[in-house]
Amino acid sequence: MEFVLTKNIVKGNLPTWIDAYEANGGYSALRRAIGMSPDEIIQVVMDSELKGRGGAGFPTGMKWKVMTPLAESARPRYLCCNFDEMEPGTFKDRFLVEGDPHQFIEAIAIAAHACQVDIAYVFIRDEYRRSQEILQRAIAEAESRGYVGKGFECRLHASAGRYMAGEETGLINALEGKPARPRSKPPYPGTSGAWGKPTVVNNVETLSCVPHIIERGADWFKSLGKAKDSGTKIYGASGRVKQPGAWELPMGSTMRELIWDHAGGMQDGYEFRAALPGGASTHFIDVSQLDIPLDFESMKEIHQFLGTGMAIVLDDKTCPVAMCRNMEMFFARESCGWCTPCREGLPWIEGLLEDIEQGRGQAGDVDLLLDQAKFIGPHTYCALALGAVTPLISAIEKFRDDFDAHISEKRCPYEG
Amino acid sequence: MLKEVPTRQAGSVDALKIIQKHRGWVSDEALDDLSAVLGLSRADLESVATFYSLIFRKPVGRHVILVCDSVSCWIMGCLPRSVGEEQVMDRLQRKLGIQPGETTEDGVFTLLPTVCLGHCEQAPVMMLDGEIIGNLTDEKIDQILAEKRES
Repeated sequence: MEFVLTKNIVKGNLPTWIDAYEANGGYSALRRAIGMSPDEIIQVVMDSELKGRGGAGFPTGMKWKVMTPLAESARPRYLCCNFDEMEPGTFKDRFLVEGDPHQFIEAIAIAAHACQVDIAYVFIRDEYRRSQEILQRAIAEAESRGYVGKGFECRLHASAGRYMAGEETGLINALEGKPARPRSKPPYPGTSGAWGKPTVVNNVETLSCVPHIIERGADWFKSLGKAKDSGTKIYGASGRVKQPGAWELPMGSTMRELIWDHAGGMQDGYEFRAALPGGASTHFIDVSQLDIPLDFESMKEIHQFLGTGMAIVLDDKTCPVAMCRNMEMFFARESCGWCTPCREGLPWIEGLLEDIEQGRGQAGDVDLLLDQAKFIGPHTYCALALGAVTPLISAIEKFRDDFDAHISEKRCPYEG
Repeated sequence: MLKEVPTRQAGSVDALKIIQKHRGWVSDEALDDLSAVLGLSRADLESVATFYSLIFRKPVGRHVILVCDSVSCWIMGCLPRSVGEEQVMDRLQRKLGIQPGETTEDGVFTLLPTVCLGHCEQAPVMMLDGEIIGNLTDEKIDQILAEKRES
């Protein structure tokens, strides 16, 4: 297959700096975009059917279209590049930016032109220190050649921890120097975002697709996908696989390809049991689903989510109940506390899972867990709680015997 | 720094980080001073300082160890899981003689759990003074602790 997003990423992941990037055709998409009107660019992005790679899969062109009414009273306009990559198991944006920072910066410049923004913020998690250093140098390089700084400013904002800062409106609050709590929508950020001004928030991988779409067209981009969605995708795998990592594959590749063709299969002594396809906030893909295309549309058809496309593998020696307990600990700790079902419900779920895992579960606990999980998900402002209960509900559906065995045996069958 | 942000409030996280860089943590007095400098209420600043996990409102040691305890690292052995197997967090606790959230008596190390550090291909992973250390083994942990204790 043709490498698009990773064509400049060399093994060892040393960054491609500006001379090498330009020599390989870099910034020609920006030159082409500057010759186009914002409406023309947005139309191409809409035609390409590019969907948000942060996990939600919202059409990028539609997000940009909301930015089109241009009122001088509503300035400055903002682009926020979401580089707060904190979904468990997910490291694709770091992989892209640390290998090819200018692809990302070129994308920012094109998006800034298309959405007519005055200031582009790269909102990056504090722990990505190397990415910050690489981006600082790359932004300075791009400024020195006039790609950045003309017509818009590009600023790096390092956050200070907390998963919620990666939620679209939580990110905007974080940027404003407030706790990263979600906002009620509407108004959507495109109308009233950062400091009440029109704001578009896009994920790093999503933006990185844009220069290629501009350069080679919407139809070409659509032809890259193997199943229903367009483009290529950075997929990955972690857990007990032989070669954990991230790889660019056609959108719609399968879990079987991920695990056995790219991650080298399972480590010796471990069997594949299931995998969360895109971070913690997704349903398990079990052995019977290994050939389902991992794209937004195909996953929607089976009432599951693609998420970030970075798989977390559950092996046969790892207890699914304990794994859920670990994930609920994450979500309970990272809940911002704004909505009661999430703030109170997630620690309660974590506690009940701990009881079950440690052999203190009682008859009826698993159904109670399921009831609570199904109640919490839809009753909050943002999708954190929904993400939290998704793997749990899925685990109970797929590994019910494991939950029941903990209760009947009054111990974890995977221990000792 | 304040010239680059649209409002004074927007500078609060960066300002807290500057304090922390120089003093290691953010004390009540520092928060009072910052409140006066930025013209923000003490309550607003406190809500930000206590919300973000990498702003420390208690004194920390010279070296801060953040151990990822999210799911990929958990699968690969970051937390106590099965009987008779020492995992990353156990070993650090035993070697340092402290629990997560505590600082060693000599003030050298603080041990904290943290969420996914985004380096899951190198699980289990920890961050020490801003540096990512992955593919952790018993020997690697012992060696790093010894190096840092001497420095």
